Amino acid sequence: MIPTDNARAQDAGSLLSIKGLKTYFATRAGVVKAVDGVDIELAKGEILGLVGESGSGKSITGFSILGLIDPPGRIVSGSMSYNGKDLTALDEEGWRQLRGGDIAMIFQDPSMTLNPVLRIDAQMIEAMQAHANVGPAQAYARAREVLVMVGIPSPDERLRSYPHELSGGMRQRIAIAIALMNKPGLIIADEPTTALDVSIQGQIIHEIKKLCRQVGTALIWVTHDLAVVAGLADRIAVMYAGRIVELGTAEEIIENPRHPYTKGLIESVPSRSTRGSRLHQIPGMTPSLLNLPQGCAFRERCAYAVSACGDEPLNTVEAGGRTYRCWNPLGGPRP
Amino acid sequence: MLVFIINRLIQAAGAVVVMSMLVFIGLYLIGDPTAMLVSPEANDLERAAVRQAFGLDQPIWMQYLTFVGNAVRGDFGRSFLTGQPAMQLILERMPATIEMVVVAIGFAVLVGVPLGMLAGLRPKAASTKAVMTVSILGFSLPTFWIGLMLIMFFSVYLGLLPASGRGSTVNVAGVSLSVLTPDGWRHLILPALTLGLAKAALIIRVTRAATREVLPMDYIKFARAKGVRPRRVVGVHLLRNILIPIVTVTGLEFGQAVAFAVVTETVFAWPGMGKLLIDSIIILDRPVVVAYLVLMVFFLIMLNLVVDILYMAIDPTAREKVRDQ
Repeated sequence: MIPTDNARAQDAGSLLSIKGLKTYFATRAGVVKAVDGVDIELAKGEILGLVGESGSGKSITGFSILGLIDPPGRIVSGSMSYNGKDLTALDEEGWRQLRGGDIAMIFQDPSMTLNPVLRIDAQMIEAMQAHANVGPAQAYARAREVLVMVGIPSPDERLRSYPHELSGGMRQRIAIAIALMNKPGLIIADEPTTALDVSIQGQIIHEIKKLCRQVGTALIWVTHDLAVVAGLADRIAVMYAGRIVELGTAEEIIENPRHPYTKGLIESVPSRSTRGSRLHQIPGMTPSLLNLPQGCAFRERCAYAVSACGDEPLNTVEAGGRTYRCWNPLGGPRP
Repeated sequence: MLVFIINRLIQAAGAVVVMSMLVFIGLYLIGDPTAMLVSPEANDLERAAVRQAFGLDQPIWMQYLTFVGNAVRGDFGRSFLTGQPAMQLILERMPATIEMVVVAIGFAVLVGVPLGMLAGLRPKAASTKAVMTVSILGFSLPTFWIGLMLIMFFSVYLGLLPASGRGSTVNVAGVSLSVLTPDGWRHLILPALTLGLAKAALIIRVTRAATREVLPMDYIKFARAKGVRPRRVVGVHLLRNILIPIVTVTGLEFGQAVAFAVVTETVFAWPGMGKLLIDSIIILDRPVVVAYLVLMVFFLIMLNLVVDILYMAIDPTAREKVRDQ
């Protein structure tokens, strides 16, 4: 963790404020509480890692911020504001202007996100023309500029290509370039390196971090891989069963986890110090969101569970702004 | 690209040769056209003379070779019935059929694609359920029955539209067309509607299925996440991707309709090729049947070529495959 990053993030003031976000899916089998009371405060230019297993609600949280929840899903309650603008009060046109303009998104699989029958230039120019009253030539110039920014050689040639003519890493760079087109204040990246080769992963992570710091764009990086965000994020939020169970600076979370689930995640990441020994795994499976156990959702998989865990754990806030939801936290006494 | 087109033409030639042999043998086996050509009272001598005049006394392979020799020079023989050159007989009738089919398919596409997209975009709307129910009727009901009902309603009951014939035509470069006169259009509407309704029903269902398939794709969601206006998401991102199945089905249906428009043509006494083919088969008028099928094979292969070229315009990966060939 670089201390200057941290300081900058805290000085800049609030960008995104989410309180009590609940996104439910009404299915035939019952209501799936994919996101069940999530609070996120994000400062300008800050990088937040949103970590969790599949089904923890981390991606749905990202899509909720953009109003891209399709039926049967619905944001049932909570408040969201971006730069002081109340997002829950937006109409369809208001959401459209927000998407790609103020908040951009990068998807998981670059082979699926670009339209296969449209040329790259068309897909980039439309992203700009959706938000600014500019001619094609001006939008093309901007497209070229951002392609150079994300490190794509011979951008003119790439702009004339179709997606299938490009490699996976190249396509993801283009998706990142599209996200940067309108200089958004926030980019939500939904596991953007999961589908890429490991060697490309590192490059992309490095590239995105550099660009966000350069432009001052805030970033929410959604991932299941704690190792990816450890070196990338200012703060890390760990999600489990639709809730943020622990939140703190990257250093705090990695070095000194409070929640047993966070500890489990850290121990399941292979590292140099654990070479040769068996990797730790969290016992059991993510509970069904249709039918969560009473109290702490992690209780049945937790080695530290106590009788108090039968009750809903409260959100404990420490002095530095660090929070966790656990009756029996690790690492020293509760404040 | 040029290599691709030449390859297709060679394929077409091969298909024409095989097809002409099969038809030749088939018609030879069905029966002897002499019976149709002479009066029932004719004696054996007269019969033999007729057979000789038409070359029917030769062995089949000899007759076939003679036919091929003439066909290569553009001569497909003369109709046993009228004595006119067979190909000319067919080509005279062709504009009527093509004109009717073009209007029918045009109607089917203009109605079918928007309705299919709407049905795909709003799967639960009441209008969607109505459209889908009607479309099932559209391609389940037999064409002749739809034709008769349309005649009953529009011609007999309302007296608005004529029930048969082609109306007045205009001659353009040797081709007579109904679509250029108001009276021609009045005659054209009912047969084209009859043929077009079933095709529209099919196109609705294909378009809806394709829309339902493309809509959950990531690139549609990504387009929305970019803030692209809904009209452009549907009109460009969605439409460009569902065009491939639509073009495939429309091409197939167009060829089918041209080659076998006989039911509609019969119901509306529309003077097209379909009627001619059926009459010729009944009287074993071999030159006309063979010439017709040669023309249709050629037409269908050309149509497929056009469809393939359209694919290349729509789908960049198809372009690449052709380049690699």
